[in-house]
Amino acid sequence: MSEALVHLDAVRKVFPRSKQPALEGLSAVLFRGRITGLIGPDGAGKTTLMRLMAGLLAPTSGRIQVDGLDPISDPAKLREFIGYMPQKFGLYEDLSVMENLELHADLRGVLGEERITTFKRLLEFTDLSRFTTRFAGKLSGGMKQKLGLACALLGHPRLLLLDEPGVGVDPISRRELWKMVHELVAQGLAVVWSTAYLEEAELCQEVLLMNDGKLIFSGQPQELTSRVHDRSWQIRGVTGSRRQLLARALRRPEVMDGVIQGHNVRLVLRPGSAPLNLGELDAGPRAGLVPVTPRFEDAFIEALGGGPGGDSALAQKLAPVPGNHDTVVEAVDLTKKFGNFAATDHVNFAVKRGEIFGLLGPNGAGKSTTFRMLCGLLTPTSGTARVMGFDLKTSASQARQQLGYMAQKFSQYSNLTVRQNLKFFSGAYGLRGERQRQAVEGMVEIFKLHPYLDTTPDTLSLGFKQRLALACAVMHEPSIVFLDEPTSGVDPVTRREFWTHINGVVEKGVTVVVTTHFMDEAEYCDRIALVFRGKIIAAGTPDQLQDQVATKEHPDPSMEDAFISLVEAETQESSS
Amino acid sequence: MSTPVSMRRLYALCRKETWQILRDPSSNIIAFLLPVVMLFIFGYGINLDSTALRLGLVLEDTSPEARRFADNLYGSPYLRVTAGQNRREMEQAMIEGKVRGFVVVPVDFAEQLRRPGGTAPLLVVADGSEPNTANFVQNYVFGAWNGWLKQRAAERGETPPPAISVEPRFWFNPSAESRNYLIPGSITIIMTVIGALLTSLVIAREWERGTMEALLASPVTRAELLLSKLLPYYALGILSLFMCVGVAVVLLRVPFRGSLLVLWVVGSLFLGSGLGLGLLLSTVLRNQFNAAQAALNAAFLPALMLSGFIYEIRSMPEVIQAFTYLIPARYFVTAMQTIFQAGSVWPVLLRSGLFLLAAALFFVGLTALKTRRRLE
Repeated sequence: MSEALVHLDAVRKVFPRSKQPALEGLSAVLFRGRITGLIGPDGAGKTTLMRLMAGLLAPTSGRIQVDGLDPISDPAKLREFIGYMPQKFGLYEDLSVMENLELHADLRGVLGEERITTFKRLLEFTDLSRFTTRFAGKLSGGMKQKLGLACALLGHPRLLLLDEPGVGVDPISRRELWKMVHELVAQGLAVVWSTAYLEEAELCQEVLLMNDGKLIFSGQPQELTSRVHDRSWQIRGVTGSRRQLLARALRRPEVMDGVIQGHNVRLVLRPGSAPLNLGELDAGPRAGLVPVTPRFEDAFIEALGGGPGGDSALAQKLAPVPGNHDTVVEAVDLTKKFGNFAATDHVNFAVKRGEIFGLLGPNGAGKSTTFRMLCGLLTPTSGTARVMGFDLKTSASQARQQLGYMAQKFSQYSNLTVRQNLKFFSGAYGLRGERQRQAVEGMVEIFKLHPYLDTTPDTLSLGFKQRLALACAVMHEPSIVFLDEPTSGVDPVTRREFWTHINGVVEKGVTVVVTTHFMDEAEYCDRIALVFRGKIIAAGTPDQLQDQVATKEHPDPSMEDAFISLVEAETQESSS
Repeated sequence: MSTPVSMRRLYALCRKETWQILRDPSSNIIAFLLPVVMLFIFGYGINLDSTALRLGLVLEDTSPEARRFADNLYGSPYLRVTAGQNRREMEQAMIEGKVRGFVVVPVDFAEQLRRPGGTAPLLVVADGSEPNTANFVQNYVFGAWNGWLKQRAAERGETPPPAISVEPRFWFNPSAESRNYLIPGSITIIMTVIGALLTSLVIAREWERGTMEALLASPVTRAELLLSKLLPYYALGILSLFMCVGVAVVLLRVPFRGSLLVLWVVGSLFLGSGLGLGLLLSTVLRNQFNAAQAALNAAFLPALMLSGFIYEIRSMPEVIQAFTYLIPARYFVTAMQTIFQAGSVWPVLLRSGLFLLAAALFFVGLTALKTRRRLE
């Protein structure tokens, strides 16, 4: 069954007007009857590789062969046996389920008797029989994904390319799709599944792990994970600040990577290092070290060269912010309505100096709207937003001088160079002369921007774009920093680096208000508020929220578990 | 690359496109509602025949002769006369736009007239900022003046000395109604909007929604892709064209002297150039908003300004005149006005038709060249 179908040989792809190659020297073999996971953070080159295999892009150099055919010199034959589901599924939203299927059947020559039986089989397989007359635009994300799959499966493909099929789809539908794809590979298809979710790697028989256009690993996921075997540990029974414990642990040379997991701190050690001495880490009297099962992510971090360590160069540069634990950011009955829709609905919270305050919630919950009101970018419909005692409605500009804001969408100028952006934003915050020069130089050093100073931001990887955005937000050394989804879409190593910076600056007395949809990042916050449909459904320290939902069967719930139970409780309440 | 066309695939794509057109309210509005609205605007709203010009009059001389002349002005159906005390007042009224011009009958009007062989001086001031209107002022006052001269001569028992009498007769548009040439011209504008604006959106839409990627990964050929975009919109355009002509003839009572067959041929050629331009922009820009903006600037504005539909080409600077030869709408305006008002005048229609054919081939050919089977 494991017959090679796709050969990639030193494939390189450079897009015009971009210095960095999207793919660099990629060689791999893909087999029939296997799911090959194309795994890597956004911008790693997964979609480019998919398109190259589908013949939609031509490689700059190198060779691709699909079932003995070159996608560029023999495209017509190739298309006969490739099923391709692009991102967003490639469906016509103003056509019905059946009309979409009919179109693709006609295009692929699935006719007559064969068509009737194929439709019947596919509709049953995807459980869409009841919805054939519904417009594709009116389907849920999970149903769209299944219809996209059905369309891609018409005409007996031998190679099925699925580009990020899991994005925008609920977890249950995602699980169903995995089941369907497993059935398909059992019939001998070669399936390529691209994803930014590292957890999904463990569901593939074979993975191509990519980062920044390069192949880091190819082979079975277990093989990669086994590299960190016996090196993953949890510190349990921690007393005192887990965040500070993690920072201390990461400073030790034998620790390769570490994250906070619920009440515990998870560490991955470097190969061949001596066991950790808990006493030196000051983890508390009841702390114990327990070996845990390694995760794919641990191995990925190691393949990328390990985590960023525990010290923040940014924090070292900052002068300590004086002052006591006053309330510096405050929302009182804060409400924003767009028409009848309340994006933020009577939100109350207060943030004290030197705290990390997290707003947590799924996309569209109203986090960014709340944020923009706190930064004076949106006027509240009712209620008050205060920063350092200034009401943003009446004295927004005084308040803004005190804060740094990093927007969710990249908001630096893409037609200025990195250097010009740094100069412009420092100038916009009132830095002049020698102070400005020092601030720019400092940021360049901290965020390692030297090689990119004279390029424009649009040629940077997402990780470096985010670094630049953070640099622009903190250059004037604000005492309060607002970060809106700073880690969305960046690779796990950059994510850790960001949190190291955040932890570092907070130790210096800076206040950080941050939004995120990564539940595990909540663990880094001092206090969090769970935002759901414009309302804060729960607030407190991560421990308090987790304890709130802990049961006998489930004594140590993760932040995600806590969030799901709290949302469920909320929806039951509002429906009863 | 050879691009064979499979009828099955082409049919499937056209059917898909037709469904999308029928379900998209905006294409129906652009194709059927917009033309009717525009026809009525051009038919009733814009009128280049100047009726009842507002004219000021300063009678400095109050002699019977002067009054008689004034009566002639008052009696003209084309003028609405306001009397004023002095020149200054009228100047002010003109600056404020209350009158389009004014006539001054000077103090010595009658006196000068009575002199043997004397001519009476008359001051006509017209607002030159609108030359078209200024001309009307001059002509109407001149007409009233002539009438007065004739009257005066008749009263005195003299035969007036006119050597030539001019009796204007307008060919092709006997009543000289501007509507009769504005409506055929406005159909050009409508066809431009349908041709370029509608198609500028359709390929860009497929790129934006990610459906183009799915299509390109299927066995569809370049020719099928292009034809599937041209044919349905061509059908929509032709339907709309005949609907416009119907509305013009039946509701707006514009005479139609040509043949429907010729109309169809010329209309098809013009649509070809419009659809081609729209598709080209859509293919190159891959973004609905940009493509629509570009279509508006590249097709609609030149059609409005430079086709000779409203603004006379011969009164434009020579460079601009030369430029109008590149604008397909110019030929279609000529062809439409000919078909409506003069009938099948072959030399004119052939010339216009050939230019339109060339434009259509140019744009569709360029689109074909720019259509890629890949994403780059």
